[in-house]
Amino acid sequence: MLPEIGQVSLLLALVLSLLLSALPLWGAHTQNAALMKTAKPLAYSLLIAVTISYALLTWAFLQHDFTVAYVAKNSNSLLPVLYQFSAVWGAHEGSLLLWVLILCTWTSAVALFSKALPNEVISRVLSVMGMVALGFLAFTIFTSNPFERLLPGAMEGRDLNPLLQDPGLIFHPPLLYFGYVGFSVAFAFAIAALIDGRVDTQWIRWARPWTNLAWAFLTVGIALGSFWAYYELGWGGWWFWDPVENASFMPWLLGAALIHTQAVTEKRGSFSSWTLLLAIATFSLSLLGTFLVRSGVLTSVHAFASDPERGMFILAFLIIVVGGSLLLFALRAPKENGKPFHWQSRESLLLLNNLFLCAACAMVLIGTLYPLLAEALNLGKVSVGSPYFGKLFLILMAPIVLLIPFGPLSRWQNEQLSTVTKWLLPWFVLALVVATWKYFHAPQHPIKTAIAYFAGLWIFLGTMRFVWHRIKHAQGRFTAEMSGMILAHTGLAVFCFGVMMTEGLSVEKDVAAKPGQQFEIGAYQFTFQGVQQITGPNYIAQRGAIAIAKNQQAITILHPEKRQYASGGSTLTEADMHGNASRDLYVALGEPIDDQGGWALRLYVKPFIRWIWFGALMMALGALLVVFDKRFKAKPAP
Amino acid sequence: MMSRLLPLLAFIALAVLLFVGVRMNSGKDTSAIPSPLIGKQAPALNLPELNMPQQSIGLQDLKGRAFVLNIWGSWCVSCRIEHPIITEMAKSGVIVVGYNYKDSAEDARAWLNQFGNPYALIIQDEDGKAALDWGIYGAPETFVIDAQGIVRFKHVGPITSEIVQNKILPLLKDAP
Repeated sequence: MLPEIGQVSLLLALVLSLLLSALPLWGAHTQNAALMKTAKPLAYSLLIAVTISYALLTWAFLQHDFTVAYVAKNSNSLLPVLYQFSAVWGAHEGSLLLWVLILCTWTSAVALFSKALPNEVISRVLSVMGMVALGFLAFTIFTSNPFERLLPGAMEGRDLNPLLQDPGLIFHPPLLYFGYVGFSVAFAFAIAALIDGRVDTQWIRWARPWTNLAWAFLTVGIALGSFWAYYELGWGGWWFWDPVENASFMPWLLGAALIHTQAVTEKRGSFSSWTLLLAIATFSLSLLGTFLVRSGVLTSVHAFASDPERGMFILAFLIIVVGGSLLLFALRAPKENGKPFHWQSRESLLLLNNLFLCAACAMVLIGTLYPLLAEALNLGKVSVGSPYFGKLFLILMAPIVLLIPFGPLSRWQNEQLSTVTKWLLPWFVLALVVATWKYFHAPQHPIKTAIAYFAGLWIFLGTMRFVWHRIKHAQGRFTAEMSGMILAHTGLAVFCFGVMMTEGLSVEKDVAAKPGQQFEIGAYQFTFQGVQQITGPNYIAQRGAIAIAKNQQAITILHPEKRQYASGGSTLTEADMHGNASRDLYVALGEPIDDQGGWALRLYVKPFIRWIWFGALMMALGALLVVFDKRFKAKPAP
Repeated sequence: MMSRLLPLLAFIALAVLLFVGVRMNSGKDTSAIPSPLIGKQAPALNLPELNMPQQSIGLQDLKGRAFVLNIWGSWCVSCRIEHPIITEMAKSGVIVVGYNYKDSAEDARAWLNQFGNPYALIIQDEDGKAALDWGIYGAPETFVIDAQGIVRFKHVGPITSEIVQNKILPLLKDAP
């Protein structure tokens, strides 16, 4: 009975989203105040309907209701309670429902915090978000109904994919979705502006915090996914340029560009068309990401989330939303009317930032879709692997790294770059000297090590030069916007350093180990103590013990596992690691090699790998800090 | 005006590509369609061995023993997912022949070095032409061929322990 209520509630949500996408928009068009006033109540009731649906699906999981097909496929009576909650979004149907729930949450939040906006604007914005909700609700109900019954019910569920039974994965999809979907706010504002035909900088000021917030969520979501891949998949890497990873990375890159260009448009009025286009493109790439993951067009690590049959529906939706928006853009994009600026100015620098971020995004898009193109043209299966992405990305990021310290120090409109260069030159030289010194003292990969030190120090010192500038010339006054920028840029320095150090100085070793045998990696001694069988809540596992010492001082004992899940019979490798700020020690269990307790082991030492995620976290916090800037405090509508 | 149309035109090109992609893929959902090869003599093979390129491998080299043919490539991410299962199956005594599909020997070797080599033999099909006879769409795919050289089973996509336990092992047990 309860699943049917969830179903009805979902249908109700479909009707509500239909009303939301039509009534307020029509009201704004005809200046009908009564129709425009329906926007907010509709947004709230839409959220309530979807929440009821979502809660009932969760309830079905908690009750082990295996008469619901989706529950039977993705749960099991032995599944720990925490994973019963996360299993709701463990597969296609439920993750779509979560997508819709998050979209409705953003919509309601926009409705709640929009008192300062004129009625037409908010009506149009909420209508556009309603249209997106309508599309996704229709997709859920017509092709991927999570409440479908399985009669007679299954005795036992098939269990959640063991790869997903991990604390890191509980929060990865929701955070990612919060980011993806959050860009719908900027998108809705762009569309509303295009419908109206003029771009008011006040709206952009209003939309900015939302973009920052979405981008912060996306950053944390991606970082968490990367961390999960690192310690759960046991491959020792942190980024694989996998199509699904790329799908989340593309909106991230454009979102970063959007954050910067929105600031220009808000403050100077320049680049207004470009900002609109970027807002459309960022959200379109979020939709494309959903499409790539859901349609099964590209094979990837995330294959468990895909389904080829639904591809057509979401492609049609993509074409309507993105094609429609771009058509609207082509017809109604405003003329540029910002203040003029010299080529030596902060505007130009931000334009360059946008150029390189967009080029990087295009590069990722081309690399991701090229195998598909090659297949379509019958050129055979082509793989575009990390070498392509890694190299090109480095090339495209290098100018950004070089230019970052110049941005904050330059003035709007007109700046003597020679002055800024003079300020930065000592720090540039210092970073270069340290990098050169490290080049001659690196145990391996001297170039990568040198780049790590140069990029990390240059961005950090350059950013600190800006801090010094403010202290000297502005009595140490920092707006929240500036502090956020400083934090995010420092985060980028930390990130660059972590990436290049890990890439350059990691050591990986595959060994055949007999109990008691010792292996040396750098200053570390790994001693294999043997493997035992243990029993977990819903699996049995082979559990190894490896003692690690540094210069004969014991550090820790690691316990990598190979788990055999009771339900599906699938095995999973759980690596174990010991990490601190300067390095991770990482051990994964391979296969037994003889009957005397010998095992194949994989041992890693990964210097500074945590800096990657820590840097990402700093960027996210920086973006979040900007949200609290005074300039975004609500002012009553004029 | 023209420059404003550019994003739309770029998107239309992208949409066409995605459309073709979805169409190709909906044909690819072949786990439901049994391979026409099942119950028939396996197509002939005459391809080099990965680690002994001067030596060519044919089916006649394997006749008399039932084996599993696993299609993989170093470019294929799903192959990594199924790799531990393939390894486990090989360890339990099943002869697994690797079929390195549309891959360079160098990449294939690097991949095996990283993830381990469970294969008794590895057939190298660099341009993927021979794969046409087998109806191979992509990687991973897995075939079971019995001692008489007859194809008994085909699976498209990464295999799971369930498939090994419930489908592949019983077939190999039944085979004389």
